Amino acid sequence: MNLQVNGEWREVRAGDLAAALAELGFADAVLATAVNGQFVPAPERGAAALAEGDRLEILAPMQGG
Amino acid sequence: MFTLYDVPVRSRLLLGTARYPSPAILTEAVQASGTEVVTVSLRREAAGERAGQAFWSLVRELGVRVLPNTAGCHTVKEAVTTAHMAREVFGTRWVKLEVIGEEDTLQPDVFGLVEAARILCAEDFEVFPYTTEDLTVAERLLAAGCRVLMPWGSPIGSGHGLNNLFGLKALRARFAQVPLIIDAGIGVPSHAAQALELGFDAVLINTAVSQAADPARMAGAFAQAVIAGREGFLAGPIEPRDMAVPSSPVVGTALLR
Repeated sequence: MNLQVNGEWREVRAGDLAAALAELGFADAVLATAVNGQFVPAPERGAAALAEGDRLEILAPMQGG
Repeated sequence: MFTLYDVPVRSRLLLGTARYPSPAILTEAVQASGTEVVTVSLRREAAGERAGQAFWSLVRELGVRVLPNTAGCHTVKEAVTTAHMAREVFGTRWVKLEVIGEEDTLQPDVFGLVEAARILCAEDFEVFPYTTEDLTVAERLLAAGCRVLMPWGSPIGSGHGLNNLFGLKALRARFAQVPLIIDAGIGVPSHAAQALELGFDAVLINTAVSQAADPARMAGAFAQAVIAGREGFLAGPIEPRDMAVPSSPVVGTALLR
């Protein structure tokens, strides 16, 4: 299915958020996730089913003021 | 020594981590500043680059406490969601709450700020709200559960220092027991010293250090400025006067005409 990953359309086979992160190359990374603007805590990623057109935000620590 | 949400903090200089020429210079600046608290943010991570992972390991090596911000958020929902994500990633209840209201000045949307603060405090966050010097807003933020306030000096990154001395002094006088940190607008060490002389507990600096020609040296200069400013405050400054007062004794002046 097609998902918007950090603002870019990506073709993803995985059906849930945890699997999608692994497929997209984020395994073991320190990050936080949101689907369609809703925060998905790390323990709930495996149960977070994805659907065509979902918007994923994958955020990591960054410099800030 | 002062406390931020029951955490004792010695250094009265908090440092932002953005816009340094390189990670190595950021590290040098943090070390030169003597800071115990640095601000960080959350941004989109690219799988190939893993820039965030590298930054996070650098920050952890610094051995300082992190204060995640909600920079770039313009709505209550964005700010609250960002705070949730930051709490998970950084493992802290601290959050520097920013709800931006206006693009040119990056002035806080104080209405959204109070609402977001109420939500986050109720969820057990320890909120550091980026606010103005407005007394009523400060009152509402404290009523929402905030135990620290971060009034701006002047717009973020402007380097104008303390724009509204009257308002800031009133804020300090009105909330004598609340830790107040001047956040934003400080340009040079004398601005930081002035903030501390007025009795503010600390300053948060980013651009003035990271964009200086020599960031580490500037960080060291700010470290000295906050110490001088605090000592000056504790020593009890004189009141300014309009007319001169001779400092040498008048009695006993020789007649040499």
